[in-house]
Amino acid sequence: MIDLSRSSWVVAPLSDTETTDADAPQALPGDGLREGIVDDLRQRIGDALIDSHIVPNDDLFVRVATDSWADTAGALKTAGFTWFSFLSAIDWMPSPYGKGEEDPTVEKEPIDMTIKQGVCGGETRMQVFARLTDLDRHVGITIKADVPDDKPVVDSWTGSFAGANWHERECHEMFGIGFNGHPDLRNMYLPGEFEGHPMKKDFPLLARMVKPWPGIVDVEPMPVQDEEEAGGDES
Amino acid sequence: MMSDRQQLSYIASQAADARLNVELETEGMTLNIGPQHPATHGTLRIIARLDGEQVIWAEPSAGYMHRGYEKLTEVRTFPQVTTLINRIDWLGSFANEVPFILAAEKLMEIEAPPRAQVIRTILFELSRIANVSLFLGDLGVQMGAITPVFLAFRDREYVLNLIEGATGGRFHPNFDRIGGLKDDLPKGWIDETKQVMKKLIGFCDEIEDLLFGNEIFQSRMRGIGVIPADIAKEYGLSGANLRASGVDYDLRRDQDIALSYDKADFKVWTHPDGDSWARCWIRLQETRESCKIVQQLIEQIPAGPVMTKVPRIIKVPEGEAYVSTENPLGEMGYYVVSKGDLGPFRVKIRSASFNNISITPWVLKGVYVPDIITILASLYFILGDIDR
Repeated sequence: MIDLSRSSWVVAPLSDTETTDADAPQALPGDGLREGIVDDLRQRIGDALIDSHIVPNDDLFVRVATDSWADTAGALKTAGFTWFSFLSAIDWMPSPYGKGEEDPTVEKEPIDMTIKQGVCGGETRMQVFARLTDLDRHVGITIKADVPDDKPVVDSWTGSFAGANWHERECHEMFGIGFNGHPDLRNMYLPGEFEGHPMKKDFPLLARMVKPWPGIVDVEPMPVQDEEEAGGDES
Repeated sequence: MMSDRQQLSYIASQAADARLNVELETEGMTLNIGPQHPATHGTLRIIARLDGEQVIWAEPSAGYMHRGYEKLTEVRTFPQVTTLINRIDWLGSFANEVPFILAAEKLMEIEAPPRAQVIRTILFELSRIANVSLFLGDLGVQMGAITPVFLAFRDREYVLNLIEGATGGRFHPNFDRIGGLKDDLPKGWIDETKQVMKKLIGFCDEIEDLLFGNEIFQSRMRGIGVIPADIAKEYGLSGANLRASGVDYDLRRDQDIALSYDKADFKVWTHPDGDSWARCWIRLQETRESCKIVQQLIEQIPAGPVMTKVPRIIKVPEGEAYVSTENPLGEMGYYVVSKGDLGPFRVKIRSASFNNISITPWVLKGVYVPDIITILASLYFILGDIDR
């Protein structure tokens, strides 16, 4: 008799590599595992590991020295963090333009321009950060490094993770950070002759500069109030 | 006077001679596919250098749809950001909102009430079904089969109606709020969902019969565009593309997150082949699993509020958080940096298609021209998800 159930369609795989079929949820990583990862990384890269921060039962952040940015990628890859998630940068300078929502007739309050870095600290205005995941232990790690202010260049990760290629291209055009050893730092999104680096905080969002956010400048009284006033006059 | 038949054969022989007399070009040619091309789902342009029919070098050129969402989030308040990120993967919009809202909730140290979490998960899976069912229909079109796409549009409509019924928006729900959901479910929605899920499981069977059992489909897909597991990991492939390479990883199962996947029993499918066929097959199975998840969760919606107490003006405390979820296209995550302000200081959007498409220069090397189309189709991308 012909088997008409759906499983009859399942076509035999071409390759004979076996896949692990772990359907039961595996134990979630604890903070002990995260501490172990930090210790392991410290053994691999030594003093280059500047700071680490563990969010209890949640996440792991580390900051490494700029010189060993690329070495860290290789060290973590051999330590099991084989899955590349993303690479990008942060400009820690507060935006001198605000949100473009201010009333243009009111004089602006001066903006506090002190640069304050986030988790794991830092010394420079720009930082690169990336995220890797260990698919077996189900744990992720965010790696940060300072980008020197005078010469914004760090080493490329493409040697360890081929997927970093596009992320570094994007980072290069958006933040103006160079990547040593990257094969091809062309622009991804912007036209080739574009000037400036749009994701830097001192690059103005021109749409907001030309015309401030509506709703703020054109304030009309709420209609409910009008009705109440009108009703009050009649009585 | 020659007969028509004789005349035809004369013309044919002349043409054959003319072909022979053309000196063979061996330099290769450059072929542009897109930015406007029916096979590119939008405005992705592929530049391929060919040697005969074989691709020797290929590079996608993105950016025809770059909207600069990362910059725009910096001038928005936290609740306003969901309007933008709805438009990243526009076929499964609700799924885009969830990781961002979860990241904001994590920084604020609040959690949505249980009822909101279950409804969130249901809507999340419904947007996956809406997204992937269109993929399954579209697969046939890439190979010249017209019927499946009509079935897909027909059955996706039911799911979109459900999403519209619950959220008010078919494509851009903008329904998720920090601390819960905008509204509760409408009356009769649960019964309708149960019926629609039966239809959608039937749709999966139909597509499997029409496409996956089809010999042409198999010969166009099997063994084409093979991505080994280590390469897939290095490029950061995620979702079905990663699981089709034999890596057993699914964020719905493998992370502790404020969604209700632990209440549902589902299987994470993997396939050892890593070819185009495996990627499509995994997505088909996942659509079934999603239907099952919805069927299970719809029975378990707890009573209670859908919104927790949040201040009227939401200020997110200083901090950094990365939250990612298993979206229809793969892992989508938001790295949110807050400075204790009304709006985020920086949002890094980790979208799945960006990584999934970054492998194309590697995978398209050495394939034949018609396979470009099937490989791209099986990698499955949404342009808004690449360019953001």
